[in-house]
Amino acid sequence: MSEMKTGGQIIWESLIAEGVEVVFGLPGGAILPAYDDLAKYEYPIHHVLVTHEQGAAHMADGYARSTGRVGVCIATSGPGATNLVTGLATAYMDSTPIVAITGQVPTSLLGRDGFQEADIQGVTLPVTKHNYLITNIRDLPDALKEAFYIARTGRPGPVLVDVCKDALQASMPFTYPSKVNLPGYNPNLNTPDGTAVARAARLVNEAQRPVIVAGQGVSIARAEAELRQLAEKANIPVATSLLGIGAFPATHPLSISWGGMHGEAYCNYALQECDVLLAVGARLDDRLTGAFDTFAPKAKIIHVDIDPAEMGKNITIDTAVIGDALLALRALLPQVEANEHPAWLEQIAEWKSETSYRDILQQESDELVAPYVMRSLWHATGEGNGRATVVTDVGQHQMWEAQYYHHNRRRSLLTSGGLGTMGYALPAAIGAQMGNPDQEIWVVAGDGGFQMTMMELSTVVQERLPIKIAIINNGYLGMVRQWQDVFYNKRHSGTPLFNPDFVKIAEAYGIRGRSVTRREEAYDAIKEAQAHDGPYLLDFQVEEFTNVYPMVAPGKSNADMIRRPAPAMGSGK
Amino acid sequence: MTENITKRHTLIAWMEDKPGVLNRVAGLFGRRNFNIESLAVGHSETPGISRMTFVARGTDRDMRQVRTQLDKLINVTRIEDVTYNDPVMRELALIKVQATSEERAEVMQLVDIFRAQIVDVTLDSLIIQIVGKENQVNSLIELLSNFGIIEMVRTGRVAMVRGAASQTGVVDTAVPVNGNGHH
Ligand SMILES: Cc1ncc(C[n+]2csc(CCOP(=O)(O)OP(=O)(O)O)c2C)c(N)n1
Ligand SMILES: [Mg+2]
Repeated sequence: MSEMKTGGQIIWESLIAEGVEVVFGLPGGAILPAYDDLAKYEYPIHHVLVTHEQGAAHMADGYARSTGRVGVCIATSGPGATNLVTGLATAYMDSTPIVAITGQVPTSLLGRDGFQEADIQGVTLPVTKHNYLITNIRDLPDALKEAFYIARTGRPGPVLVDVCKDALQASMPFTYPSKVNLPGYNPNLNTPDGTAVARAARLVNEAQRPVIVAGQGVSIARAEAELRQLAEKANIPVATSLLGIGAFPATHPLSISWGGMHGEAYCNYALQECDVLLAVGARLDDRLTGAFDTFAPKAKIIHVDIDPAEMGKNITIDTAVIGDALLALRALLPQVEANEHPAWLEQIAEWKSETSYRDILQQESDELVAPYVMRSLWHATGEGNGRATVVTDVGQHQMWEAQYYHHNRRRSLLTSGGLGTMGYALPAAIGAQMGNPDQEIWVVAGDGGFQMTMMELSTVVQERLPIKIAIINNGYLGMVRQWQDVFYNKRHSGTPLFNPDFVKIAEAYGIRGRSVTRREEAYDAIKEAQAHDGPYLLDFQVEEFTNVYPMVAPGKSNADMIRRPAPAMGSGK
Repeated sequence: MTENITKRHTLIAWMEDKPGVLNRVAGLFGRRNFNIESLAVGHSETPGISRMTFVARGTDRDMRQVRTQLDKLINVTRIEDVTYNDPVMRELALIKVQATSEERAEVMQLVDIFRAQIVDVTLDSLIIQIVGKENQVNSLIELLSNFGIIEMVRTGRVAMVRGAASQTGVVDTAVPVNGNGHH
């Protein structure tokens, strides 16, 4: 005996059935019936009002990445829905499970260019795993059930459900479906093919110079322990992708940090020289590989991924293992033999010491350079028993965070890797804090990107979140300025920033803050922010022209890194 | 190695007959920069399942991308590259030709040779229908162009693998799912 429910009620009750406790959104005409039902029936779902819908999508993203659960955002038709798009594209590129619910004009007005109509299904087609346009309440329960199932299974991703206003207002007898029927959807949940696993194990066992590249797939599958067992059993050095950071402890003796355009130089040497490369849950994108046909040129490549379309998409591979990283690693573990690889590990150690010799922090200087801030942040919040989660924005500071903050814990770095979305950090941190109320959360953002979504400071205060914010203020769109330095004859076209006083901005929202200009203050300032009961903003006014090294020019091989000049070779610029 | 040879492949995709499905498929072709030469879609033997034959140009590896990316579309139930299965492949074309009464006999002769049909006649034009392999269709078109082709439409290739084994797009995958469980 199912009761009559409105479309709005069906949405909330479906969300509750899916275990959703918090949604991020902002109302408008087309979604109003659903908002009204939320209040009218006092559903136990916390609605976080955002200042801009892009923030809602990033919050759902940060919530999802940090908890492993589906994040939910909600917006009205037209501009509300289109404001979600950047967040959906960000989630799509980084395989984040999100369900976005949008209101749509009533079916009678569909296609007539009425007020606030936008074909959001059409717009989001290429940036969602799947999407729905619901014109009849009859289709709503199945669509919601499927949306959650599709978002979180297989390779996760965002799913959008666009619901016409009249479908929200209509009523029907409702019970939440217990089954999905998706004949065309194969999330590859089975144990990978035994022959492929055996082949992979044989290649690993025969390797003289093996390397593992761990991607975010390891964390999505919660396979960190198995990855570590495999690496330790056969003494295989582990590199990660940018999104894979945290999947393997950065201070583990077998960690070789992360590779690619701004990865550690010694890691790139290892990738270029290895004879077997085992990629697990990493999609081998161009930022990691450099020019595709120059990547790991001496290696037989084994690719483990849940998405068959990743096999051979960018890189020619030798063995494809299709499946969940956890199941694949479990299948591989008994077949991979114990091994030592002493000469190889020694070689890597040599490269590593050469890399640290060129480290900017080895150079005599008392300037406040951003890498120093990142290292201080690690000492203050991440080292030892530190359990902070860092959410970065996009740019130079993002690369330095990834280089100088050693992430030992799974999901302790959230960052927009695939789309590279400036403005991600603050809203994603809000989502992460909502999902992990007791977690110490740090935003690391550039002065440019922070201004793209800083109005969500009001959401921080509204929700009383103790988020700590470190702005790496270099007065430039730094990463772009770096490209101008290297590739465009230092013409700084459109990159110097006019910045507000960030501390005053914080104060305007009732958030404490201080600026930091000297090295000696950095650590203490971070400790002060940490100790403060509530949100805190630190404006680190860093040296302007520091660049990120190494740097692989786009389209070039990782073997052709531009390195920071070594100190013994004189001061270089 | 056939891996690196660029050539035309014939693929068949089965998809749920839902609004917007073609949009998804066409959008994917465009976005992934797939090189599609022709595309024909219609009902299959199963109610609710459409069948699309399309011709794509590329290497075997390119085709693996085409297949696996298309397969990720939730509404695509199955996809098959039948290039190496020696399938029956046909195309239909309607060709409107200018032909005076004197030329008509000549045209009709060609139509006979190609086992095509004349499906409409006016004083100075004919519509010719041909069903055949693409090269037959091409030859006829070339010959008819001497008379002056006024209008033409081709369906694009449709294909079916020989033998009794049926290829259908139906897979039964109803799965029970609990709320917010992992997988
Ligand atoms: C939304 C968006 N617009 C443009 C870019 C291109 N872009 C990449 S890094 C960058 C500079 C970021 O500047 P800032 O936030 O100050 O960080 P910095 O590099 O200085 O640390 C820009 C503009 C982007 N990634 N995202
Ligand atoms: Mg900057």
